[in-house]
Amino acid sequence: MQKCDSIIEIKHVSKYFGEKAVLDDVNMCISKGEFVTILGPSGRGKTTLLRLIAGFQSATSGEITIAGRDITQTPPHKRPVNTVFQKYALFPHLNVFDNIAFGLKLKKLPSSLIEQKMKHALKMVGMTGYEYRDVDSLSGGQQQRVAIARAIVNEPEVLLLDEPLAALDLKMRKDMQMELKEMHRSLGITFVYVTHDQEEALTLSDTIVVMSEGKIQQISTPIDIYNEPVNSFVADFIGESNILNGMMIKDREVSFAGHCFECVDTGFGEMSPVDVVIRPEDIILFDPNENAPLTGQVASCVFKGVHYEMAIVNNGGYEFLVQNYHSYEVGSQVGMMIKPTEIHVMKKERMYNTLEGKLIDATHVEFLGTQFACSEVTGIEPGAEVWVEVDFHNVILEDNEEDGDLTGEVTFILYKGNHYHLTVWTDWDENIFVDTHDVWDDGDRVGITIPAEYIRVIKK
Amino acid sequence: MNTQIATFLSKRRNWAIPYTVFMFVFVVMPLVLIFWYGFTDADGTLTLANFKKFVTSSEAVNTFVYSIGIAVITTLVCLLLGYPAAYILSRADLNASRTMVVLFILPMWINILIRTLATVALFDFLNLPLGEGALIFGMVYNFLPFMIYPIYNTLQKMDTNLIEAAQDLGANPFQVFTKTIFPLSVPGITSGVVMVFMPTVSTFAIAELLTINNIKLFGTTVQESINNGMWNYGAALSLIMLLLIGVTILFSSDSNNSNEGGVL
Repeated sequence: MQKCDSIIEIKHVSKYFGEKAVLDDVNMCISKGEFVTILGPSGRGKTTLLRLIAGFQSATSGEITIAGRDITQTPPHKRPVNTVFQKYALFPHLNVFDNIAFGLKLKKLPSSLIEQKMKHALKMVGMTGYEYRDVDSLSGGQQQRVAIARAIVNEPEVLLLDEPLAALDLKMRKDMQMELKEMHRSLGITFVYVTHDQEEALTLSDTIVVMSEGKIQQISTPIDIYNEPVNSFVADFIGESNILNGMMIKDREVSFAGHCFECVDTGFGEMSPVDVVIRPEDIILFDPNENAPLTGQVASCVFKGVHYEMAIVNNGGYEFLVQNYHSYEVGSQVGMMIKPTEIHVMKKERMYNTLEGKLIDATHVEFLGTQFACSEVTGIEPGAEVWVEVDFHNVILEDNEEDGDLTGEVTFILYKGNHYHLTVWTDWDENIFVDTHDVWDDGDRVGITIPAEYIRVIKK
Repeated sequence: MNTQIATFLSKRRNWAIPYTVFMFVFVVMPLVLIFWYGFTDADGTLTLANFKKFVTSSEAVNTFVYSIGIAVITTLVCLLLGYPAAYILSRADLNASRTMVVLFILPMWINILIRTLATVALFDFLNLPLGEGALIFGMVYNFLPFMIYPIYNTLQKMDTNLIEAAQDLGANPFQVFTKTIFPLSVPGITSGVVMVFMPTVSTFAIAELLTINNIKLFGTTVQESINNGMWNYGAALSLIMLLLIGVTILFSSDSNNSNEGGVL
């Protein structure tokens, strides 16, 4: 947890809906005047976190403070924050004026002051002259401007924005992004912004908080998030990237795709497995010669406006996504080079699946709520709690759920150059990770089987 | 011949003919007849005498005003009882509220006359006097579901974001209700008011049964006139009632363009 001149502090906050943890021990700290974006895939806890700050929901455990005051139990109308809702939530029975003045009227301010503040807020969002319009007669973009005006007119210490631009079309979204950034600068208050759009997050924020599975994956500046992602999830989610399995030979030397490369990372130890991230724009292409560290064949080439995007398959069967201003013909051979500074090495989060289980008898073990046959286990009492290890590529996914020993849903897919690394959320509510060459889609229901000989049972 | 029938049936417009005929015979014709009778005398000459008779007869006017008064009181009592019920139901969890709504509506499956006779029996059993009080009780009992349901509908469909927005802007729970929930449920209230007011202002059977014919409502006057062969006068009175109901609906649809009431 970072130390800072903070306005919001979130300490060990968890939120459970039934058994499922939507937020799992979240810690973060937001500085005064910062533009913080909470970024993550849809439905993975970021909106819940915002709603906890706003007070619409209460945390199962943990503490939230705003400006040094513990507000965990404070009802929403007493918190010094205001919210801009995704679907605007303008009051349909009030016109633009009364919508914006709603908060000020509750504070019983004199009407001349209300009018003055309301005019100022409308001017700020570029909606002067719309005071007496019916909110239903406004376009989506205009409604969102009114919603923003309604929030900022109360001069909150923190403005919470819940995917405010998600319902707008692309052009309007881009314009509003710039306006929001400008508004943040001139108001000088803290913005906490929730989005699933990584480009929006990179454009707007001072700090990005990447969330997934109810946990904070990384808190950093946009540049660091892009250049130094801490794990493969962040690397994949922010921008496009090539993520490959690699091996750290020693400090400043990493091998992947069948070659050794010079890099700048140290401290991983010798011969340790790592994930390697290379951004598509960082692979330099040239006509092949004997000095090329990597050569490959262009498999596809698509014009993307500013650049061409090519898929290049090297001799070892690894596929690289490359962006270049020049195109190479499909089928032609190219040489590839990567500068040491552009190779980003990340510690692997896991080498294989490790699951909690219970030994039933010498040839059966129970884990993920299911009984599996395994090779004969010696030296462990039946009934004992054990660790079960299964390599990623030994987990087999079946199209038909009935064919599996247990069932689950594909929740995250990572392409690793020559295979896919899948996260499967089993119906036992635990993840199992799978390496496969088959193509699956996000949200696919699958059956899962594990052959007996690949189940390793280890004493706890 | 067969092809003629086939072409006739293939035109969708022709399928509407039975309905058009039905509407003409059972809606348009009676209305025309009522107008005709209302503006003529027994010999069939055009006259406004029927309306004059109503305006000059203090008894008829008194009954009319009294009927409106009873209908207004019934509607108000229904609103006072129905709104909190609808509010509680809309906030309860879905399964519980569904069950409760069904329980509220269940009595409507039974014929209104049977229910009213049961009310009479109940009042007898409890030794309570029949009369004005019993009348209002009976009408509230009969028409309360018509008030609850449209209000429940609007409250239930209300965007919870709006309530959160009000809290967010500093409204305490009471202010959230007065400044957001109540104004937003007005369409449901108007629907409910119309649904209760309309039948109560024109009822006569309930009044007869629950007051042992002691209290005359406007509906009773109309019925008596027609029973006694005063078709023209009865028709004129019907027209006056029609006008009253028409005005009520006009007033309610004016304040409710969004059709959120759901029932009407």
